[in-house]
Amino acid sequence: MTSLPNLPIEGIPSGRASRETRWQSLIGTDRSDRIYRRILTGFALALPSLIVILFGVLFVESLPALKRFGPSFLVTSTWDPVAEVYGAAPMIFGTLASSFLALLIAVPLALSVAILLTEFAPRWLRQPVAFLVELLAAIPSVVYGMWGIFVLIPFLRSFVVPPLKAVFGWTPFFKGVFYGNSLLAGGIILAIMIVPYIAAVSREVLLAVPTSQREAALAMGATRWEAVRSAVLPYGRAGLIGAVILGLGRALGETMAVTMVIGNRHDIGLSLFQPAYTMAAAIANEFSEATTNMYLSALFEVGLILFVVTVVVNAIARILIWRVAKGAAVGSKAL
Amino acid sequence: MTGLVVIFSFLAVLALVLILGNLIAEGASSIDWAFFTKSPVPAGQSGGGVANAIVGTGIVVGLGALIGVPIGVGAGMYLAEYGSGRFGFLVRFIADVLNGTPSIVIGIVGWTFLVKPMGRFSALAGAVSLAILMIPMLARTTEEMVRLVPHSLREAALALGYPRWRTSLRIVARTALSGIVTGCLVGIARIAGETAPLLFTALGNLNFSLSVNQPMQTLSLQIYVYATGPFDEWHRLAWASALVLMGLVLILSMVARWVTRQRYGSIR
Repeated sequence: MTSLPNLPIEGIPSGRASRETRWQSLIGTDRSDRIYRRILTGFALALPSLIVILFGVLFVESLPALKRFGPSFLVTSTWDPVAEVYGAAPMIFGTLASSFLALLIAVPLALSVAILLTEFAPRWLRQPVAFLVELLAAIPSVVYGMWGIFVLIPFLRSFVVPPLKAVFGWTPFFKGVFYGNSLLAGGIILAIMIVPYIAAVSREVLLAVPTSQREAALAMGATRWEAVRSAVLPYGRAGLIGAVILGLGRALGETMAVTMVIGNRHDIGLSLFQPAYTMAAAIANEFSEATTNMYLSALFEVGLILFVVTVVVNAIARILIWRVAKGAAVGSKAL
Repeated sequence: MTGLVVIFSFLAVLALVLILGNLIAEGASSIDWAFFTKSPVPAGQSGGGVANAIVGTGIVVGLGALIGVPIGVGAGMYLAEYGSGRFGFLVRFIADVLNGTPSIVIGIVGWTFLVKPMGRFSALAGAVSLAILMIPMLARTTEEMVRLVPHSLREAALALGYPRWRTSLRIVARTALSGIVTGCLVGIARIAGETAPLLFTALGNLNFSLSVNQPMQTLSLQIYVYATGPFDEWHRLAWASALVLMGLVLILSMVARWVTRQRYGSIR
């Protein structure tokens, strides 16, 4: 005999309680419901376990290197598998340099796309342009890398580097011979890759700005651009900074495309024309060659640093974005 | 300033057009029947195809989705149905943070867990790494889609005497199904293009292989090897493989959009 389901009668918040809390309070009165909830909780537990496992494995595997080199790993630049001496400074420098170069190029482009799509573009144009920019996120990293090797680098060599050299050749940033595979190529590829992420999140942030903000500025006699600059952008500032930091997180951890165009040389140089190295590229390149335990451990430590840095960067970005767009999965469309 | 905004936006779109244009211009001419049906020939010879990589992509990505989809969607259902408490907040936050984790890091952790103890590279290890990459993303998109289901539907089902779990599965998840499917397709499209997590797990394989216990080639690995290699013939195949991979990703994204439109198109 099947019993009637326990109809919820008691303990239901009524009146002013929101629908959401009412739904929550209805849960957990029935045995099958408790089982259902436990199963789902099990799935949800996968995520915290994942982050713990990732950190744990990286930490344990990098213990030998951590013990041997200590903090000097971060600031010394010898990387000598024969002598078993490892310092990651050049990769850390290269990762930061290429990522900031990428931000320098990508932020104006991405913010322009976001502003255009929310403020200026006619309605019929918004959907197609948003779709095209989102497509940039769909291109696989390795395809970007290949395009960089065969199209971007030859283009830079013939059309971009000579004028840059003629005008800025005296600065340390544009000195020396252009190698092709270089910080410049890596930065530009990264910039193209992170534009869709920054653009998508910025767009959602700008959409969350109340229309009254714009109307107020326009009513004060502002032009449309002035309204954007003085009312819309300041209102969404935290979220926009979050979007940029999110892009930074992507750039820091990007592997394939960068590995293919940055030159992979353990060297710290200010010139954008010289080859450089990033942490992700070092792992991709050298992990399978790492024959000794210490070598492997040093690469795991590079991975650990990369993981911790990206987790912190992403956490900051998320907190900033959540402050503007409360709890919504902003930017998930761009994934 | 408005002009500058338009120019910059144009530049962003131009980048996409250029990349897709180059792919078609360089890759389309190399795509023929042999490309899809033959395995690679030894370096230096011309001819051959990437049948092994196409099949390998299907197997590794399919297995990855098989592992990742239930966990990701389940976690997303949890977030949508029970996720308003502190634990839900934590899970949501971790999902967002994991979404930005460098895929190469997941690759070396996958190596530590699956390749090192088993003593060999395998398609299975690659699939698990891809699944890990997919889970946080699916959790968030599923949650978002399930949250769109109106509360009145739940209340109606409960009022008719449905237990909560059946309401959740039969009514709520069913209503959000097309959205969840879209999320899965987008997730699959994303892992199909991934290379970094496979470098030290699936490794790549120049021969045709169907065994999930052996190294396996994927299109992305093939492009990496061929594009960075020295032979013109390899470069030609790399362009063609990139075009095929891009086509695959685009088709998945388009189908995803189409599925969503079936349901939500009329509401807009």
